[in-house]
Amino acid sequence: MILVQLVTDGLLVGAVYALLSSGLTLIWGMMNVVNFAHGDFVMLAMYVAFIAVTTLAIGPALFVPLAALVLFGVGVVVYYALIRNVMRGPMLAQILSTFGLGLVLRYAMFWVFSANFVSLPDTLVGGVLSVDGLRLQYSRLLAGVVALLLTAALHLMLTRTALGSRLLAVAEDRTAAMLVGIRPDPMQALAWGIGAACAGVAGALIALFFYISPLVGDSLVLIAFVTVCLGGFGSVPGALFAGLAIGVIESLSSWFIGAAWKDVVVYGLFLLALWVRPQGLLGKS
Amino acid sequence: MSLLSVKDLAVRYGDLIGVGAVTLAVEAGQIVALLGANGAGKTTTLNAIAGLVPPAGGQILWQGKPIQGLPAHQIVSRGIALSPEGWRLFTGQSVEANLRLGATRLADRKQLPHRLDHVFTLFPRLAERRRQQAGTMSGGERQMLALGRALMSAPKLLLLDEPSLGLAPAVVEQVFATLLRLKAEGLTLLLAEQSAELALEVADRAYVLQTGATVLSGTGAELAGNAEVRRAYLGG
Ligand SMILES: Nc1ncnc2c1ncn2[C@@H]1O[C@H](COP(=O)(O)OP(=O)(O)O)[C@@H](O)[C@H]1O
Ligand SMILES: [Mg+2]
Repeated sequence: MILVQLVTDGLLVGAVYALLSSGLTLIWGMMNVVNFAHGDFVMLAMYVAFIAVTTLAIGPALFVPLAALVLFGVGVVVYYALIRNVMRGPMLAQILSTFGLGLVLRYAMFWVFSANFVSLPDTLVGGVLSVDGLRLQYSRLLAGVVALLLTAALHLMLTRTALGSRLLAVAEDRTAAMLVGIRPDPMQALAWGIGAACAGVAGALIALFFYISPLVGDSLVLIAFVTVCLGGFGSVPGALFAGLAIGVIESLSSWFIGAAWKDVVVYGLFLLALWVRPQGLLGKS
Repeated sequence: MSLLSVKDLAVRYGDLIGVGAVTLAVEAGQIVALLGANGAGKTTTLNAIAGLVPPAGGQILWQGKPIQGLPAHQIVSRGIALSPEGWRLFTGQSVEANLRLGATRLADRKQLPHRLDHVFTLFPRLAERRRQQAGTMSGGERQMLALGRALMSAPKLLLLDEPSLGLAPAVVEQVFATLLRLKAEGLTLLLAEQSAELALEVADRAYVLQTGATVLSGTGAELAGNAEVRRAYLGG
């Protein structure tokens, strides 16, 4: 029974990892840029949720879409103001620019909120669902299900709609996309918007059951990197499966080996998997 | 007035010269061949017309109006489509998705099903494979798809970069037969080719490029009979 509980807990958290990582993998897939500020986007969204709850007294039905919207805007602005320019520079400039952006965001938050941990009232989505001895916190259940649905929706958007087809066209061959009459810039801005919005929703959902601090994005972005690597760079379904797998591995290892060791297990398996299949477990060779 | 006329076109890649002085004219309804050895500047010329590389000098006139330096999407909207060297298909997407992408700039969206039908009539093979991933197709099928994708925007002028490259002779015959059929339907074609023989067979007019400049021009028959062209390009 404990196994079922652990696996379910892991899958719910894993779904949030999947959504978070889908944003990262989309941006990578579109333009081969690693967004090192992705964790700080998550952090930003958590503060958006916090501010919305404390000042507007709204629930997740409103603050999750709000965080998505705000972060979408952040993503688009970041693309036009920063990324578009540094794309012309060397690889190192691209890496350092998103890294620098992340630093600015987190220290701006230190400045506004100081280093104190804050959290949303746990009565916001309180209570526990009990089925057949399985105990699921409503907050995590909500987060997991919403994240899973949105990740699936992103995949369907990319593979089944004309807009998705254009995004994938720019991702595969920017010049060919231009030839058929697609303007790459708006598509890349859109990818940044959607990618950041994924981080935004994930952050707002995580805030339901996790503390908030300016550095909270650090551990999350590492998980996202691991997920993207395992799932294959640029693949949303890959991110989904890898995210779920990592959630379950975390959950199992923190129970059986100890919470302090779960990160060692996850990153250890990550290195092992990369060593075996550098293109990602689910990536194309 | 020519449909397209290029005057003293120059394109630079940094310090390198892509083309220095390309001059040519394409009349409506014609097939015009752009010949020249590897590196002569055929691709650069077509890419400049298509808006992929900005010209450093010269003029590109489309129906009498300058279009040089316009971005690619505006060139497509004006009725010029390029089937590029190496096809550059969206290999991760289906045949049909590739064709639909070709219609991105089709102003009248109601025309899209008719364009699809047209392409599928030209290339029944593509209709059979419409759900297949473009990356899994043979060279000949890829050439058909590249042509089909370019035709989806309902162009007035089709630019073709080395349509015979890497294809088996039988497939090349098919491709050229299709080009003649497109011409009969009223399309104008500008065709870059290294292998001059076939191109001169179908071309109404041809231009020969050498190290980035137009050095010869004439009707297909004139150039096919020209001793210099025969020696340089036709192997005797
Ligand atoms: N992207 C590029 N960067 C630098 N030089 C280029 C590039 N593309 C073509 N060139 C140069 O421009 C000249 C013309 O090339 P190209 O237009 O490809 O000729 P062709 O298509 O006739 O073989 C060549 O000298 C080639 O080396
Ligand atoms: Mg060429």
